Amino acid sequence: MTIDQKTVAKIANLARLKIPVDEQIHVAGELNKILEWVAQLNEVNVEGIEPLASVNDTSLRARADIVNDGGKPEDILANAPAKTADFFTVPKVVE
Amino acid sequence: MTKLTDLTIADALQGMAAKKFSAVELTEAHIAGAEKARGLNIFITETPDLARTQAKASDARRATGKVSELEGIPLAIKDLFCTKGVKTTAASKILGNFVPTYESTISQKLFDAGGVMIGKTNLDEFAMGSGGITSAFNPTINPWSGSDPANAVRKLVPGGSSSGSSAAIAARVAMGATGTDTGGSIRQPASVTGTVGIKPTYGRCSRWGVVAFASSLDQAGPMTRSVADAALMLKVMAGFDEKDSTSVDTPVPDYMAALGKNVKGMKIGLPREYRIDGINPETDALWQKGADMLRDAGAEVVEITLPHTKYALPVYYIIAPAEASSNLSRYDGVRFGLRVPGENLNDMYASTRFAGFGKEVRRRILIGAYVLSAGYYDAYYRKAQRVRRLIRNDFEEAFKQCDAILTPAAPSTAFAIGEKQDDPLQMYLEDVFTVTLNLAGLPGICVPVGLAKNGLPMGLQLIGRAFDEATLFTAASALEKAAGFTAKPPFTA
Repeated sequence: MTIDQKTVAKIANLARLKIPVDEQIHVAGELNKILEWVAQLNEVNVEGIEPLASVNDTSLRARADIVNDGGKPEDILANAPAKTADFFTVPKVVE
Repeated sequence: MTKLTDLTIADALQGMAAKKFSAVELTEAHIAGAEKARGLNIFITETPDLARTQAKASDARRATGKVSELEGIPLAIKDLFCTKGVKTTAASKILGNFVPTYESTISQKLFDAGGVMIGKTNLDEFAMGSGGITSAFNPTINPWSGSDPANAVRKLVPGGSSSGSSAAIAARVAMGATGTDTGGSIRQPASVTGTVGIKPTYGRCSRWGVVAFASSLDQAGPMTRSVADAALMLKVMAGFDEKDSTSVDTPVPDYMAALGKNVKGMKIGLPREYRIDGINPETDALWQKGADMLRDAGAEVVEITLPHTKYALPVYYIIAPAEASSNLSRYDGVRFGLRVPGENLNDMYASTRFAGFGKEVRRRILIGAYVLSAGYYDAYYRKAQRVRRLIRNDFEEAFKQCDAILTPAAPSTAFAIGEKQDDPLQMYLEDVFTVTLNLAGLPGICVPVGLAKNGLPMGLQLIGRAFDEATLFTAASALEKAAGFTAKPPFTA
C-alpha cells in the first residue's frame, strides 16, 4: 500500500489542507516512509484481541441533562475572525 | 545566601514562611531572570504584570495567615494551557492571536494554590515534536548549550514538546512548570535538561482547557528541580474534574508522605526489551548504575519482559495522528484563530489550514486522515488499537512481578538545532522509552541521575502502576538521593 500523488490530493481534501500540487509528490514520499515503518505491526498476531480505544475501562460518565453554562455570546465571539452582531460570518455558501 | 532563583519550591515556601523574603521579591528575581534569559526563547508570552499582581495578592494573603500549598511560587505555564485573558498559541500560527476567555482547570488550580505565572512557555507546535523545533515561534535553546547559550556553536534543544518549560526550570527562570505528555513530552525534556518531570496516570490531571493533541494519550504534569517539588505540584494539579469526561474520580494521596520512605523490599523491574540495538552505551551504563543505586538502597531488582515494546512507536504514530487529525479539525478559520480568505467556504478552510499549520502538524493530520479513511481504517487504526491492548497487557503481567519499572528516559543527551531534522522518523525515536506508558495510561517520572562524558545531563525513568504515583515518588526520591545530582547548567538566570 503506497500513497501516490493522487492519494495525497484526496486525503488533503478530506483533511481540508490545501497542499500545493508541486509539494504533493514530496509529501507522498514522506508519508510512504512513515507507513512503511508502521507496517511492522503486520508481524503481530492480534487474533481475538479487542481494540483498546481508551485506557479508562469504565464507560464515559453521563451528567444531568441540564443547562450549566451559556449566555456568553461576547465570550464565544471574542476570537472570531469575522462576525456580524451575534453571528460568525463566513463566505457566501448559498447562491 | 543562595540566590532566590536557585531555591527549590520547598525551600522558597520555608523562606517566605520565615519572612526571609516576600513573594514579590521572589517574583521580581524570576522576572529579572526571564529578561536575562531572553536569548533562550523560553517564553512565547512573558507575563510580568500579571506575576506582580499575583505576587502582591499572595503576600497580602500571607499577611492575613492564609497560606496555600504553592503560595507565592513563580511558575511557568506551557502555552498549551488556556489562560484567561493571556494569549495561548500552542506554538502555532493558527492560534497566533488566540486569547482564551476561560482558564484551564490546571492553571486555575495552580493559581488557587497561590502560584504566580511568569509566562507562557514555548513548545513544539501543538506539542508535536521532541525538540521544540516545530514551534512557529522559533526553537528554545537549552541552557546546557554553554555559558552564552544563544551564541553557542552547537545550540542544543531542551527536548520537547515541553521545551520552554524544561528550559525555564533548568535555567532558573521559574521554580516549577506545567508540561503535557502525549508520548514523552514531559519526561524526555526533563532528561536532557537535568530536571524532574512526571507524567501522571491518564485521568489523574484534568485535560479541560488544554489544547488537545491526542485525547486518549494527553496528560498534564509538573516539571521541577526536585522530586519533592514535583510531589508538591502534582498534589495541587491532580484530582477529579467533572469538566473532563476522562478525569477519574479517585482520591489523591498525600504525595509528600511518600517521599523518603524506605524502598527495602520494593521490587524494581528492568525490562529486557529496553536494551535496544544501538543504544548509546552511556545511556545503558547509567541505567545499570541506577539499578545498582536502588539495589543498594534495599530494593530488589528483577528482570522483566515487555514483549511488545518495539511496536509502541508504530502504534503511537497511527493512533496519535488519527486523534490529532480529528481534534485539529476545529481549526477552520470560522470561530477563532487565523482565517485566510478563499474562493469559497471550502477553499477558505483549506487555505487557512495550510497557512496556519506547520509542516510536522500537516504531516500528522494527513497520516491521521489516511489511517482513518475508508478502506484503511481496519488495516491501520484498528490494528494499532489492538496492538495497544497487547502493550497494556504486557505491563499488567509485568506488574505482577514488580512494584515499579526502571528504564532510560531518553536515547541520549540533548541534540542540537539542525540535527535529526532531515527525517521525521529520526525525531520520532526520541520517544522510544517513554511512549509505551502513554499507550498504557501509566504514570512515569524522570529523575536526573548523572552527566555524560560530554558534560550533559541524563535522566532515568521510573514507571508505576495506574494511580500509584505515590510508589513512584518513593522510588524516585530514593534514586534522587542516591544519585545526588547537583550539576547546574553553564548558564542560569
